[in-house]
Amino acid sequence: MRGDAGADATVPAAAVSARNVSKNYGEVEALRDLSLDFPRGQLTSLLGPSGCGKTTLLKIIAGLLEPTAGEVEVNGRPVTGPGPDRSFVFQDFALLPWASVLRNVAFGLELRGVAMSEREAIAEKYIRNVGLAGFEKSYPHELSGGMRQRVGLARALAVDSEVLLMDEPFSAVDEQTRRKFQEDLLGLVAGENKTFLFVTHSIEEAVYVSDQVAILLPRPSRVSEVIRPRGLRTKNVDDIRRDPEYLDIVDRIWASLRSYVE
Amino acid sequence: MSRSLFLKLLSGIIVFGAWEIAGRIPVSYAFPTFFESMAALGVMTIDGSLLEAYVDTLRPLVIGLLISAFIGIALGLWVGLTRWFDWLVSPIFIVMQAAPLAALIPLLVMVYGIGLTSKVFVVCIMAMPVIVLNTAGAVRNTPTNLKEMGYSFLGNERDIILKIVVPAASPIIFSGLRLGTSAGFIGAILSELKITPTGIGDIITYSRSIADYPSMYAAIFSIMVLAVLFLNLLERIERYLFAGNVRGYATD
Amino acid sequence: MRVLGFRLPGMSSLILWGLVWEAVGRSGLTFFLPPLSEVFATFFAIVGTAPFQKALSETAQAFLAGVFSAVAIGIPVGILMGKNRLVDELLLPWVNIFLSAPLTALVPVLMVLFGFGLKSIIITTGLFAVWIIILNARAGVMQINRSLVEMARCFGATPWAAFSKVYFWAALPEILGGVRIGVIRAVKGVIIGQLLISIVGFGALFELYSANFLMSHFWAVLVVLFALAFAVSEALAALERRVSFYAAKR
Repeated sequence: MRGDAGADATVPAAAVSARNVSKNYGEVEALRDLSLDFPRGQLTSLLGPSGCGKTTLLKIIAGLLEPTAGEVEVNGRPVTGPGPDRSFVFQDFALLPWASVLRNVAFGLELRGVAMSEREAIAEKYIRNVGLAGFEKSYPHELSGGMRQRVGLARALAVDSEVLLMDEPFSAVDEQTRRKFQEDLLGLVAGENKTFLFVTHSIEEAVYVSDQVAILLPRPSRVSEVIRPRGLRTKNVDDIRRDPEYLDIVDRIWASLRSYVE
Repeated sequence: MSRSLFLKLLSGIIVFGAWEIAGRIPVSYAFPTFFESMAALGVMTIDGSLLEAYVDTLRPLVIGLLISAFIGIALGLWVGLTRWFDWLVSPIFIVMQAAPLAALIPLLVMVYGIGLTSKVFVVCIMAMPVIVLNTAGAVRNTPTNLKEMGYSFLGNERDIILKIVVPAASPIIFSGLRLGTSAGFIGAILSELKITPTGIGDIITYSRSIADYPSMYAAIFSIMVLAVLFLNLLERIERYLFAGNVRGYATD
Repeated sequence: MRVLGFRLPGMSSLILWGLVWEAVGRSGLTFFLPPLSEVFATFFAIVGTAPFQKALSETAQAFLAGVFSAVAIGIPVGILMGKNRLVDELLLPWVNIFLSAPLTALVPVLMVLFGFGLKSIIITTGLFAVWIIILNARAGVMQINRSLVEMARCFGATPWAAFSKVYFWAALPEILGGVRIGVIRAVKGVIIGQLLISIVGFGALFELYSANFLMSHFWAVLVVLFALAFAVSEALAALERRVSFYAAKR
């Protein structure tokens, strides 16, 4: 997808773009005049300290919240509500506790009116893809946090939308599981031709998984900087964390964020 | 034998033993021993009078609970899903929940007489508020993340109510039904003691009037045991049905 | 609920219901429901009379004595159960049984044992209230964060200091919650007791009014009773909210 290193002109066209989005909660300004493009087929992280409106922006893109001003376009069409072109992975999984893994994964398709046998076949395939084969009949409370999020991920993949919105998907799982997830996510971005929007508050995680990192500063939230790592995606997943570029970017981001940590 | 079973038996023996001893002293002319009461219970069970009494007692209870469950859950869903209806109706049930509704009994007797209707009404007014309030509260407090999930996967209003809101609320609705049943028992017995003595209330009142205290204690003992066992059963069913629900969406 | 951008307060629909009541009462649809205004007029007429005052004071006495004994017995027993496993295992089954058992059935026993007077009503009231108070105090003590207990120990708190400065306050939200529900149950208990032992308090008053078909008198007493019960429960809920701010984060 990428042209020669550093030539930002060759960034793929935007699949999702936010234009001058503002969001107020009563008196409080959560987002002010925020514009950002999310290139097609790549993973863009929204990174920032807590309370900087990352999740708000993601939910506006998902169509779950309405912006006070400005608009969001997905493939050139303005967003007016949730649509089949986007699916969401929730921070706290949002699994139905009374439904089996199979039904949970198939639930997005169920809501779209896909017939039982068809949606279960699709769900089974994605359950296998995320490595949960054999757990189809289990219930969420029988799974570990990491496995639950795999269910959430499979559900989002099963509806086969172009854009995946991930709201701090790995923040509720332990560190080891998280690293495995991050590696798997890189595979997913490379293998599936989808656009990923990824909210995180971990600098290392953002730099590790992203084609593009958007740094958001709080109160009110705006994009302070967009960083595009140049050579990390061609590296082996095991080498990224000791790559000089990786370390430099992490340091640079920390330098610009540290003054916002209270 | 496990420690907990042993302690349960021990605590039973202590309490019933104390009853037996208190009856033998006796602490009061109107305090029969445990074994006398159990003997009376045995006699009433064998001659069938207890069973007959239960049929009479349970009729208004069952009818009242069925009515309360249907109307209560329907009202609760409506209250939980609609703002203006919530504003209109909730305060009545909130006041009913706090108020001593038993005070309405004399009025119900004036309006509906001393028959089955009044008794069913008593059960209903006791059982309904908690069913309505639990249902409405559960619906109102459906986890936001589940609803957002439904919307983001393009669920329509009807799907979200039927597939997310109602199942998510059902454990609390069920426990509302259990609490309603508990209140309904209070109402059913109260109405038999206050309105007209029928069923178990008749045995209690009659045996008191002829000073047959063992039978009176036996009847009271049996109805309390019945209520406790039934409510226990409901609780077990609840735990079985909704085992995963409470823990399912917790993040850990 | 918002109307024209103005937020209607929570319980304001009761005013609307009051108006409906007034309208139904005026229409003469049923003899049993006199207009609300007439009920209020009757209330002001009877509030100063001796029978009403006597009923009110008898009820208040029985209620306060019942609640006081339920609290005085319930909280220590609950805390003891929370702290001592043997006591807990011996008592818990009985507390659970009496919590859900229809205690109304016990009133006839109390009547034959303690007579047709105040004593029976106080015991009924106490019995209605005490079990939930025990159970909540127990739950409050049991959920106290382990690290809070260990903190008290690390800083060398004496058992009494640990109890009075840490455990009691840590369990306070649950204890107060139990007292609130207990008090609501006690209101119901005192009325049920008076209805069944109908020669004292409001029970006697209800008998008198219903025997003579004094409908507005009857409703006046009913409205007072409901209003008092609601006021008591709201006051306790407000108190509970004052401490619940830390209940969520311990």
